[in-house]
Amino acid sequence: MSTTDASPGPVATAEHGSDGRPGSSSRRRNLAGVAFTLPGVVLLLLFLAGPFLMALGLSFTSERLASPLPTRFVGLDNYVATFTSASFRKALGNNIWFTAIVVPVQTAMALGLAILVNQRLRGVKVYRAIYFSPVVVVMTVAATVWLLLYSPDRGLLNGILSFISFGTLQSDWLQSETMALPSIMIMSIWQGVGFQMIIILAGLQEISGDLYEAAAIDGATPWQRFSFITIPQLRNPLIFVGTVTMILSFRLFDQVWVMTRGAPLGNTNVMMLEMVNVGFEQQQIARGSAIAVIFFLIVLTLTLIQRRFLKEEVN
Amino acid sequence: MRPRTRARRVAMYVLLTALAILFIFPMVFMVAGAFKPDALVLAEGNTIRAFWPTDASFDNFVGAFRRGRFGQLFINSAIISTAVVGLGLVVNSLMGYALARLPFRGSKLLLLAVISLMIIPLEAVAIPLLWMMSLVGLRNTYTVQILPFIANPLFIYLFYTFFLGIPRDLEEAARVDGAGPVTTFLRVSAPLAKPAYATVGILSFLFIWGQLLWPVLVTSGPDVRPLPLGISVFVTQPPISWGQIMAFAFMMTIPLLVLFIVFQRWFVQSVASSGVKG
Repeated sequence: MSTTDASPGPVATAEHGSDGRPGSSSRRRNLAGVAFTLPGVVLLLLFLAGPFLMALGLSFTSERLASPLPTRFVGLDNYVATFTSASFRKALGNNIWFTAIVVPVQTAMALGLAILVNQRLRGVKVYRAIYFSPVVVVMTVAATVWLLLYSPDRGLLNGILSFISFGTLQSDWLQSETMALPSIMIMSIWQGVGFQMIIILAGLQEISGDLYEAAAIDGATPWQRFSFITIPQLRNPLIFVGTVTMILSFRLFDQVWVMTRGAPLGNTNVMMLEMVNVGFEQQQIARGSAIAVIFFLIVLTLTLIQRRFLKEEVN
Repeated sequence: MRPRTRARRVAMYVLLTALAILFIFPMVFMVAGAFKPDALVLAEGNTIRAFWPTDASFDNFVGAFRRGRFGQLFINSAIISTAVVGLGLVVNSLMGYALARLPFRGSKLLLLAVISLMIIPLEAVAIPLLWMMSLVGLRNTYTVQILPFIANPLFIYLFYTFFLGIPRDLEEAARVDGAGPVTTFLRVSAPLAKPAYATVGILSFLFIWGQLLWPVLVTSGPDVRPLPLGISVFVTQPPISWGQIMAFAFMMTIPLLVLFIVFQRWFVQSVASSGVKG
C-alpha cells in the first residue's frame, strides 16, 4: 500500500502489526482478500462460468436429459438442426420483429414521458411514480391481468373499442394470427416503458440549464432546442436504453409463457420458449444448449455494439 | 422547464392525467376484480363497471388460498427470495470489497473476469444448469432455486465501484487502531455502503420475486413452486375462476408494492443505476 509505506509514525507501526513482524498486516490483508472473494468465486464458477462452458460443450454432443443412450460427439449437427427447424426460424423471426417495433417505439415513448415529467409542475412526482408503477408489477402478474383485458368477448379492450366505434371495431387480440404478437408488444411496452423513462430522466437532469438559456438568447425554437441540445446531450442514456431493450427483447419469455405459449400457429413463439420446449419438454439438452449458445452470441453482439458506441463518448 | 401560460399548464395536467389513466387502469381493474363475485368479473369485464368492486367480498381471496394454494406458494417465494437476497448481499459485498480494497495476486484478473461474466444472462446457462442439477438430484428443492442466484457479477461490480468511491481515510484510521480487515469491513466500510446494499437488495428482490424461467425448468409440484410459476398454473387450472386469479395476482403484487411505496426514492435510484432488469 503506497500510502502506508510513505507515511511515518503510527501508520508505519500499524503496518508492522500488533505482533511486531514487518509485513504481517499486509499478508493478513492478502489472505483476507482471498477469503472474502472465495465464496463468490466458487459460486460463479459452479453456476455461471461452468454451465456456460458446458453449454458450448454439450451443444456439440447428443446429450439428452436422463437418457440411457451413450453421449456422442455430433459436430455441428445441433446447430444445423436448429437453423433448419421451421419452428426455431419462426421464433427467431418473431424476436427480430418484436425488437424492430418495440425498441424504437418504447424508447421514443420513454423519451416523451421523461420530458413530460421533467417539467417544473406541482405534483409531477406523483405522475412520475404512476408511470413507473407497472415496473413494480411482476411480469407474470401483468401478463395475467392483460390476458383478461384482451379477452375477445368479455375483455375491456374490446369493450372500449366497440364503445368508441359504435360496435364496429373488434379484435381477437391474442387469438388472432396477426394481432397476437402486437398484443404482447403493447403489453410489454406498458410494463417496461417506465423503467426506460427513469434512466432517460436521470440523463435529462444532468443537462446544464445554461445550454438552454444560451439557445433562448440566440432565438432557438423549441424544436431546435430539442434536436440540437436535448437529443445530443442524451446520446449515452438513449444508446444504453436502446441496447438494453434490444437484449430484453431477445430474452422475452414470461409474457409469452403466461399468455400464449407460442400460439396461434407459432406466431408468438420466441427463442427462449423454443429453448424450453426443445431442451426441457423434449429433453434434448444438446439442442437446447445450441439455442442457448446462439442466444448468447446475439446478446454478446448487442453488448459489444453498445460498448463501442458508449466508449466514443467517454474518450 | 416550466410551461409559461396558465392555459398551457392546464393542458399539461390534462395530458399527464390521461397518460396516468393508461398506466394505472390494469391495476385498478385487477384490484376491483379481486373483490367482486367471480361471475361478475367476466360479466362486467367489458364495461365501465370493470373498475368497480360490485358486491365486494373476500371470497376470491379465500378461493386463491384454497384452490390456488397461495399460502404455500407465498411461503416458498418468501423463503427463496429471503435466502437469495440475504446471502447475495453478504457474498457479493465481500467480493466487491476485496476487489476494491484488499488486492492480492490475480485480483485484477478476477475483476476482469467478473466484468466479462456480466454479459452472460441466466437464460444462456439455464439448460446445462438444469442438466447438472438433475445429475446431482437437486431438482424440485429450495436449494436449486437459491444457489444459482446468490453470486451475481453485476452486483459484485456495483459493490466494487461503491467501495472504490469511499474515502480511504476512515479505513486507514481503523487500521491504525489495530483493526484487522474483517473488523474494518464490518465496523467501517459496510456501514458506509448502505446505499449500495439498498440498491442491490431491491434489484435482487425485484428479480428473484418475478423469476419464472428457472422454476419452470426445475420444479414440478406445488411443494417448492414459487408464485410466478404458481400464477401461470392457476390461470390454466379448471374451472377457471377469474375473480380468484385476480385476488392471487393482487396478493402477489402487495410485497413489491409496499416496498415501492416505502422506499420509492431508493427504488427509482436503483433502477436508474442498474440498467439491468430480468
